[in-house]
Amino acid sequence: MSRIEQAFRGKKAFIPFITGGDPTLDVTEQLLYAMEEAGADLIEIGIPFSDPIAEGVVIQEANERALAAGCTTDKLFSIIKQARQKVSVPIVFLTYLNPIYTYGKERFMERCAECGIDGIIVPDMPYEEKGELSDVCKSYGVDIISLIAPTSKERIRMIAKEAAGYIYCVSSLGVTGVRSEIKTDIAGMVKLVRETTDVPCAVGFGISTPEQAQKMAGVSDGAIVGSAIVKMAAQYGEACVPHVAEYVRRMKEAVDAACIKERQEQQDE
Amino acid sequence: MSSSETNQKGRYGQYGGQYIPETLMNAVHELEKAYEKYSRDPEFNRELDELLKNYAGRPSILYYAEKMTKDLGGAKIYLKREDLNHTGSHKINNVLGQVLLAKKMGKTRVIAETGAGQHGVATATAAALMGMECEIFMGKEDTDRQALNVFRMELLGAKVHAVTSGTQTLKDAVNETMREWTKRMDDTLYVLGSVMGPHPFPMIVRDFQKIIGEEIKAQLQEKEGKLPDAVIACVGGGSNAMGAFYDFIQNPEVRLIGCEAAGLGVDTEKHAASVAKGSIGVFHGMKSIFCQDEYGQIAPVYSISAGLDYPGIGPEHARLAETKRAEYVPVTDEEAVQAFEYLSRTEGIIPAVESAHAVAYAMKLAPTMEKGQIIVVNISGRGDKDVAAIARYRGVEIYE
Repeated sequence: MSRIEQAFRGKKAFIPFITGGDPTLDVTEQLLYAMEEAGADLIEIGIPFSDPIAEGVVIQEANERALAAGCTTDKLFSIIKQARQKVSVPIVFLTYLNPIYTYGKERFMERCAECGIDGIIVPDMPYEEKGELSDVCKSYGVDIISLIAPTSKERIRMIAKEAAGYIYCVSSLGVTGVRSEIKTDIAGMVKLVRETTDVPCAVGFGISTPEQAQKMAGVSDGAIVGSAIVKMAAQYGEACVPHVAEYVRRMKEAVDAACIKERQEQQDE
Repeated sequence: MSSSETNQKGRYGQYGGQYIPETLMNAVHELEKAYEKYSRDPEFNRELDELLKNYAGRPSILYYAEKMTKDLGGAKIYLKREDLNHTGSHKINNVLGQVLLAKKMGKTRVIAETGAGQHGVATATAAALMGMECEIFMGKEDTDRQALNVFRMELLGAKVHAVTSGTQTLKDAVNETMREWTKRMDDTLYVLGSVMGPHPFPMIVRDFQKIIGEEIKAQLQEKEGKLPDAVIACVGGGSNAMGAFYDFIQNPEVRLIGCEAAGLGVDTEKHAASVAKGSIGVFHGMKSIFCQDEYGQIAPVYSISAGLDYPGIGPEHARLAETKRAEYVPVTDEEAVQAFEYLSRTEGIIPAVESAHAVAYAMKLAPTMEKGQIIVVNISGRGDKDVAAIARYRGVEIYE
């Protein structure tokens, strides 16, 4: 069983996202330890990119900070390789296609395998362009995490059919960022996925409060939170680690509560 | 290479594709289907022809630049006067097509990026004409440099957003327009300004611009009874060049020459010469050639011309470069400014500083060619917008 499968086994997953190298690579390493300790089931790390078109302002600025601080793909690989000796939860990269393509697909995935990266999320590689990486990912055992969006509709079945690891269910239209309310019928999207595959579905985009996390995890297999955490890196800089850890702890509790509630409901039936 | 090389996924050899967020996939598919339908619809084509003729002022003149020809002492030089179109550039050809398409699709709002403001002004114009809501995204740096065009767009009823992310120029304006489109696509179409972005945009924009080359061919046939020996156009994303080149791709005896912005020189870091200095990558929805670093970070680019200040080139140009069907040459700021002044003095035509890049190369090429040979230079836009910048370049501190 893969690390990603284990992360969702018998529970719902809380998945924090951080931008690699923001504010420094050293903090990224510390955050990996602290977030696992605080209960993160899987960790997503963004490789900073000059032009992140799927990101809202908060993560755009994190990308700029990380690049300005000198983060590169190679340096990020090194720090993750080091952290991997202690961290056992799955680690998934979020990156645009260009940094992978320019690094060399084969060389990139070889490094991923070597550093214990379990999967990649590529927001500008839709189903139709997946062929770009599918073979090389397969040969290095790196899952391509597929995204489904509120506009995906009839595409959901097609995407779910070939999904691996988990499915990233985009909760709302637009780019990443905190939202006061999520109006999409997430349960409906997850239901469509379920008709096709058992690959777990985690919901991201717009989640920041424990209430939202509980609600979203309640209708899926997990909650992903990025901007709310990245904001702490912006606010507290190198001192962000305890703040993020405390936040992850609270969010994990909320996701666990959703899991307990679901079990009770199942028993009641 | 045949004109039918575009396959269903919008590939030009290895270039092109649809590298965009899942959220937008159904929107681009909707556009693909609508374009397939309306591009064959006689009523749509009749309406578009009518607009091009009676609103934009087509066909544009093919002008024999006699004084320039005599002065340079080589090939005969013709200028394709896209600068005489309504709104002052070739951009109107594409926006009339795309905004009309948006309207047929039932959209009520169009959004667009702009660099110098030419595409923004053209989009705002077409939106005003066809009663569409219009929002334009423009890098903060460009809104400062081109304040007059900002006001022009507002005058036409558009809302202009100054983009403060990244380098605050054209590429960031494209990023922001894409982001805006992922927020709202039910009633909104992204009217892309160049032969770039995800399929079907490179194909649609090329189709709406190819009238330039078709007219050149017919007009020159009438005047000279033959094909030109070379067609020269400036290239940023590449829409005016693709428009001028496309109908000649099937005539291998016609040299197709795209002029990239070399800024302070291709040996400096201050340029926007993607073919000369870039490498293959995936960005803004397409696989093409981009100025970038070893980690795939898109490089900040530079040109005196805001319209050529873009770190990539459309995928069909990348393919034409790869197959060597077209040549791409770098032209510096200094060469472009000299050509800007030369054409103004010699022919009484003030070209856009973008187009001046093409004029500059024609000035180099013409004397090396035989007197009976013919060069057509695409004057993609007029230079009124650049007068203040050229004055500043020459040390005269005037502002708009």
